[in-house]
Amino acid sequence: MIGLIVVVAIIIILLLFIISTYNGLVGLRNQMKNAWAQIDVQLKRRYDLIPNLVETVKGYAKHERETLEKVTQARNIAMGAASSGVGERARLEGELSAALSRLMVVVERYPELKANQNFLALQEELTSTENKISFARQYFNDSVLKYNNKIQMFPSNIIANMTGFKPGEFFEVQAANEREAPKVSFT
Amino acid sequence: MWEQIRANQIRSAILVVSMGLLLFLLGYFIGLYFFGDAVPGVIIALIVWAIMGLTAYFQGDSIMLSISGAKKITKSDHPRLYNVVEEMSIAAGLPKIPDIYIIDDPALNAFATGRDPEHAAVAITSGLLQKLNRDELQGVIGHEIGHIKNRDILLMIMAGIMLGTIVILAWFAQRALFLGGGTRRRDSKGGGQGQVIILLIGLVLMILAPLFAQLLYYAISRKREYLADASSVLYTRYPEGLASALEKIANSPVQVKSANKATAPMYIVNPFSKQGMNLSDLTSTHPPIADRIRILRSMAGASFRDYEQAYRKLHGKGIVPNSAIALSTSMPVTPHEKISDEPFDKIENTRETSNLLWNINRYKTIDCDCGVRLRIPPSYQATTVQCPHCGRIHNL
Repeated sequence: MIGLIVVVAIIIILLLFIISTYNGLVGLRNQMKNAWAQIDVQLKRRYDLIPNLVETVKGYAKHERETLEKVTQARNIAMGAASSGVGERARLEGELSAALSRLMVVVERYPELKANQNFLALQEELTSTENKISFARQYFNDSVLKYNNKIQMFPSNIIANMTGFKPGEFFEVQAANEREAPKVSFT
Repeated sequence: MWEQIRANQIRSAILVVSMGLLLFLLGYFIGLYFFGDAVPGVIIALIVWAIMGLTAYFQGDSIMLSISGAKKITKSDHPRLYNVVEEMSIAAGLPKIPDIYIIDDPALNAFATGRDPEHAAVAITSGLLQKLNRDELQGVIGHEIGHIKNRDILLMIMAGIMLGTIVILAWFAQRALFLGGGTRRRDSKGGGQGQVIILLIGLVLMILAPLFAQLLYYAISRKREYLADASSVLYTRYPEGLASALEKIANSPVQVKSANKATAPMYIVNPFSKQGMNLSDLTSTHPPIADRIRILRSMAGASFRDYEQAYRKLHGKGIVPNSAIALSTSMPVTPHEKISDEPFDKIENTRETSNLLWNINRYKTIDCDCGVRLRIPPSYQATTVQCPHCGRIHNL
């Protein structure tokens, strides 16, 4: 009789453990998905801002056609790859960020542009969107780390393997590429 | 992150429970003393606590905001502030962007309120908004969002209510005692030696309970401030932003007019700060600003582990729960994109803030062609107004 009670108790405890681990894993995976959705929102916002920015800058900075074209091109490529994997998107978005920051350095040369209210508002929006992208990325990567840890650590890894949870991919932007200092020459 | 919140909640729960215990004991002795039975005293204590607690839970944020005279703003009122709050909410992974309020006050301070992240709000004084550049603003807002994310506000409200109840009950008990309210009990039952001892304990408790409760309350509050600082750095990855904001705040002699003792723990720095506060000051809701700045400036990275190390160097003991440190990976300090490399424009910032204040006080602004800017108060009745400089007539 006592033996039976012990066996039943062990089974119940085991079941409770499995349920809570499984729910924890699902919760972490959802958190990761939400974090990814937030990045997506901000990336879309950036796609929307760029044409406006390019139009405004064009009116003042006629000699910067090349820089502007590069920004537009990088935007279109990044937009076209919206359905590809995390790693590929991170690379393309990194290139777009680099092109944009080069443009922002270039506009420093045009004082009339920097006095334009419309441009200043756009600049605030764009800078904030860049910040939001990197903050969202930060939160997303933290979520992925936590989720991956849970999948790989004992004992939750047993449940994760049985129910088919796959580790998440980090959204890494090549730091060297993104923060590349623009080359300035005085010839 | 979750681990840190949970560890905080456990520690804080212990503190709140000990406060509850204190309240219970107080009620117990009040009952014993005035009614000859512990039960009515405990019931009175619980009723007072429940009423105050429920009010604070459901109305606390609006009470706090209306006491401080805060006005809600939208994105068009101040895009930069709105964006910074949104950025920090994203960094913290909050489900919703908190409401943003402005307090028309030259003092430098800010606070967060709301019982949970779904009902949260942050408020900032116009003085602070005007003095800070973007990085510093980010640090301050990060600190407030940290309070929201760590569920500090509900805890402080509940602990505050407990403290308030204890103070009120002890106050009434003491007054009643001196007016001879307790004699009725002594007449009805003769009192043995045991009774006298209980009475003495009760008397001491009535006097000491409010003091103990206050010290506990201050201890919780100070710890929360350090943790909110650590969270802010974790979100911004840039300790210098918050450090330099705190420095500006510390150098300002102006106090928040609308602050009182009950609302003090909500602010980013103690609104009643005295110059040269002692390091071991137990009766303060906030740690000394100089300490907070020193910790922030000696951080090697931006993770909880770095904050813990910097804190340990200064105080010899830790502050961040172990479970949170175990999970934190190394995070380099990375300043985010700057709006521009130009030095911070004080005049432009002042103008922006004053425009905001005119707007939220519902003044209309008309830019006359001669360059004069007219501010029309909401009480102005006529449909036209003449420019005092060039005499042009403007329609409203």
